[in-house]
Amino acid sequence: MRHTGTTMLVVLNKDAYSIQREQDVILFRNRVKEFAVRIGMGVVNQTKLITAASELVRNMLRYANGGDVLIEVITRGRENGIRLTFKDQGPGIPDIKQAMQDGFSTGRSLGLGLPGTKRLVSEFDIKSTVGVGTTVTIVKWKNG
Amino acid sequence: MREQSEGIVNLVVDNLNEQTIQLDPYALEPIQEYLAGISISRARHGFSPRETSFYVLSLKNAILDVQEESAGSDIAALYESTRALNRLFDELSTNTFETFIKGREDVILRQTDEISEISTPVIRVWDQILAMPLIGTLDSARTQTVMENLLQSIVDTGSEIAILDISGVPAVDSLVAQHLIKTVSATRLMGAECIISGIRPEIAQTVVQLGIDLSQVVTKATLASALKHAFGMLKLEVRKTQPPKPFMI
Repeated sequence: MRHTGTTMLVVLNKDAYSIQREQDVILFRNRVKEFAVRIGMGVVNQTKLITAASELVRNMLRYANGGDVLIEVITRGRENGIRLTFKDQGPGIPDIKQAMQDGFSTGRSLGLGLPGTKRLVSEFDIKSTVGVGTTVTIVKWKNG
Repeated sequence: MREQSEGIVNLVVDNLNEQTIQLDPYALEPIQEYLAGISISRARHGFSPRETSFYVLSLKNAILDVQEESAGSDIAALYESTRALNRLFDELSTNTFETFIKGREDVILRQTDEISEISTPVIRVWDQILAMPLIGTLDSARTQTVMENLLQSIVDTGSEIAILDISGVPAVDSLVAQHLIKTVSATRLMGAECIISGIRPEIAQTVVQLGIDLSQVVTKATLASALKHAFGMLKLEVRKTQPPKPFMI
């Protein structure tokens, strides 16, 4: 269990998914949406969360050939939210600061995936070790 | 069902090696084929694989009953034959699972093909105006089809304006946006103008926060306003007809 400030963060419900192919993205997104609907998240936040999830899953497929995602319904104090943990065993990101800049991409995309995702969600955390893999954790609060 | 059961029993009996109940793999083939047929037809009829395999296993029990009766007091022989039968039917029921899943997968594959075929229609809404409603997720493969269909239709119809309606696209992430921008640029290269319509409020907010720049693209909230914009570009006007004046004496 993790303590954040004075209130405890509690995991209510969780589910793990493995992402291997592009088709998995759609399925996974629908799952995320189901979870978001279940906790009563509004349409705007739902869309933001799904878009963020979709960005990260695509990154995972593109750079690490897939990985695993953990979907969790969490609660902290009076707030409910969804936490997604994306874990891959890809090449890792050598310079996270650079990767978090708008417009930077090693894969000829718009370069908005990581920085854009950070703007879409309430909490964003990225850990990466070159040659080992990358773990990205995002949290979207129901009203955040 | 009775017919199917008789079919299997007959095949099993026909292919039984008379000395032992050991079946050689070649003899097993027709039985497996027959079972595969049953399994697939059941998959199409919506049976669960559990039911199909239960069905096969219940046949085993029936045969075991018969054996028990005919073996009489020879326990050792009964045990041997039961073991052999068990192996055989385990194999067969595992096979039904496999074919069952294969049957379902065929259905899924066919549906995928059908969906991708129907998913990208180009509609001629007006002289020189094309509309293309996009439904579902845009991945690289689909964008390619969308772009090809749209560009070809622009050539075929000599249209000047294409409206891409994304009301049915659940989420616009940076990859989808990139695909959209590419489609718009390609349309422009063809000398036509592209309008993107059907941007829902939540999509608009998400796109802005993601930092995607769609300012180079003409975007509208609804297909109706996109059509209106297109009319404006073609200098067309839609007007209510004047009610006929009452006849005066």
